[in-house]
Amino acid sequence: MTSAVDTPAEESARPAPPSGLLTVARAPGWVRYALLAAGLLVALWLPNGLYPAVAVDILCWALFAVSVDLLLGFTGLMSFGHAAFWGTSAYVTGLVAIHAGLPFPAAVLAGALAAALLALPIGYLAVKRTGIYFAMVTLAFAQMVYYVANEWRSVTQGENGLQGVPREFFGADLSDDYYFYYAILPIVVLGLLAAWRIVNSPFGRVLVGIRDNPARARALGYPVHRYKLTAFVLSGFLAGLGGGLFAVGHRFVSLDVLHWTTSGKAVIVVVLGGIGTLWGGVLGAALVVRLEDWLSFSGFEAIGLVTGGIFVLVVLLFRRGIWGTIAHLARRRGAARRR
Amino acid sequence: MSGFLQNTFNGLVGGAFYALLALGLAVIFGMLRVVNFAHGAFYMLGAFGAYVLLAEAGVPFWAALVIMPLALGLLGMVLERAVIHRLTRLDPLYNFLLTFGLTLILQDLVKSRYGVQSSPYATPTELSGSVDFGLFDFPTYRVFILGFTVLLCAVVWWVLGRTRVGMVVRAATERPELTRAFGIDVGKWVTPVFGFGIALAGLAGVLAAPMRAVNPLMGADLIIVVFAVVVIGGLGSIFGSVAAGFGIGLIQAWGEAYLSDFPIVSQTVVFVVMAAVLLWRPAGLFGREEAPA
Repeated sequence: MTSAVDTPAEESARPAPPSGLLTVARAPGWVRYALLAAGLLVALWLPNGLYPAVAVDILCWALFAVSVDLLLGFTGLMSFGHAAFWGTSAYVTGLVAIHAGLPFPAAVLAGALAAALLALPIGYLAVKRTGIYFAMVTLAFAQMVYYVANEWRSVTQGENGLQGVPREFFGADLSDDYYFYYAILPIVVLGLLAAWRIVNSPFGRVLVGIRDNPARARALGYPVHRYKLTAFVLSGFLAGLGGGLFAVGHRFVSLDVLHWTTSGKAVIVVVLGGIGTLWGGVLGAALVVRLEDWLSFSGFEAIGLVTGGIFVLVVLLFRRGIWGTIAHLARRRGAARRR
Repeated sequence: MSGFLQNTFNGLVGGAFYALLALGLAVIFGMLRVVNFAHGAFYMLGAFGAYVLLAEAGVPFWAALVIMPLALGLLGMVLERAVIHRLTRLDPLYNFLLTFGLTLILQDLVKSRYGVQSSPYATPTELSGSVDFGLFDFPTYRVFILGFTVLLCAVVWWVLGRTRVGMVVRAATERPELTRAFGIDVGKWVTPVFGFGIALAGLAGVLAAPMRAVNPLMGADLIIVVFAVVVIGGLGSIFGSVAAGFGIGLIQAWGEAYLSDFPIVSQTVVFVVMAAVLLWRPAGLFGREEAPA
């Protein structure tokens, strides 16, 4: 972040001020509505074209990715410890669902609130650093949460994981993943809309301003740390929403949900989809989850080899990501037409 | 009393590994502005390489102690030239991500060849047994690690403090912009310094082989503790990284010994220290704020 060499705007995947967010806002209304309608149609069709269990995972991971992009793309903070919020919510959701027998949306809400609560102290400490330090600090605190979950066996069951998380919803039969998908779709869409609303609010504009020039934002009188912390807590809440749904979806919570590879995977998904594009994360989630399912189904065991390889290639050759590349091409064509 | 001394000794040995890894991270960061996530993976490769050399070619510990750091240092230099170099002009976060991807690849390569079980590595016969310190006994091998690491740190200290190469590395680590402004071509030091940092990680791995379980994941959890160590010491400070490495080793060993009823405490104490340091000195105990953010 403070490197001596200025990052050339053309090279950077993090959009310079007039690109990304603002361009999306400038796209003609009908294009945005058409894209939104198409996205919703795909979402409604998804469990008919894929295994419903995979479709459920895609929804959960879409929320996770968007929560990470809210920080990475729009606040300029790369959290490498988001598994802490995803996983904490998964455990809290599982525990609430098992012990209180509440309908699953209430359990998931409890989980997401717990995640947001955890994000408050971690974020308070982490926003004292920026750039690479921020990534290391969030990663370290996430690992601390992992150790706690590992050792606190009376609550988390340690390596055995939480078994038998119920899918209770006023007696409705949601045991089939196909119906469960449609039960969680509204929650996920609400979460995604919330992220979109945050990004396109005055608050979101301030975040982008902080991302592009923290010193200027501070000089304009914005309490930079407080804005970053608020974004961090909101992001923790959204990640928690995804993690809670993931727990109910699998009816099982394992320690993996808190492992640092989960945090890393969330960042891969965002980079692959396109940093700072919000909806790119949804695409990235769909691709990575689908690919991992396909790999494990075909008996390929070294999944890290493939995801790591994707990571290396994307970072080296494809930094704009999928959505970022599409937006970039559309922008170039638009500029050519105006000329 | 003897128990306390023994725990202290253990803490210094554990700290020696943190110090070696943190030292490598610090010089690499200084020269390249890269936080090398793959550092733990190279530590693992060092240990695994020693195991494979012994099990499949009969190469003894002492030879591995020379071969593995050299081989890994070379591999590091190739990687720097081939991929890491391409991202130096971009935000440092991209190289963090790149090395994260490399970590997954290296781990899975080893995992798919050797499985996830731990492989035993015998302590070299010259170093088996224990040394009697009067008040307490201590395993010879651990005495060796401590002596060797302290010696190594002293040599690195001397090189950094007294030679021209060291002067450039120190200057570039602590004030990169100023060093460039003095017309020093930092660029030509980048590749060898990266190789050197990786060699240190590999060396730590070979040293760890007889003492810790050799398995593909042994570096993964360690590296995150080392990240916490360098946040505590201050990533821009070479001395801070080494001092924090030994300090955290001590605190962990004491925690394990005297708070053994609370295993959560002994495992998380390093992160608690990190939180305290962030509250009190966000740039680390020995670090400087790079630029007002």
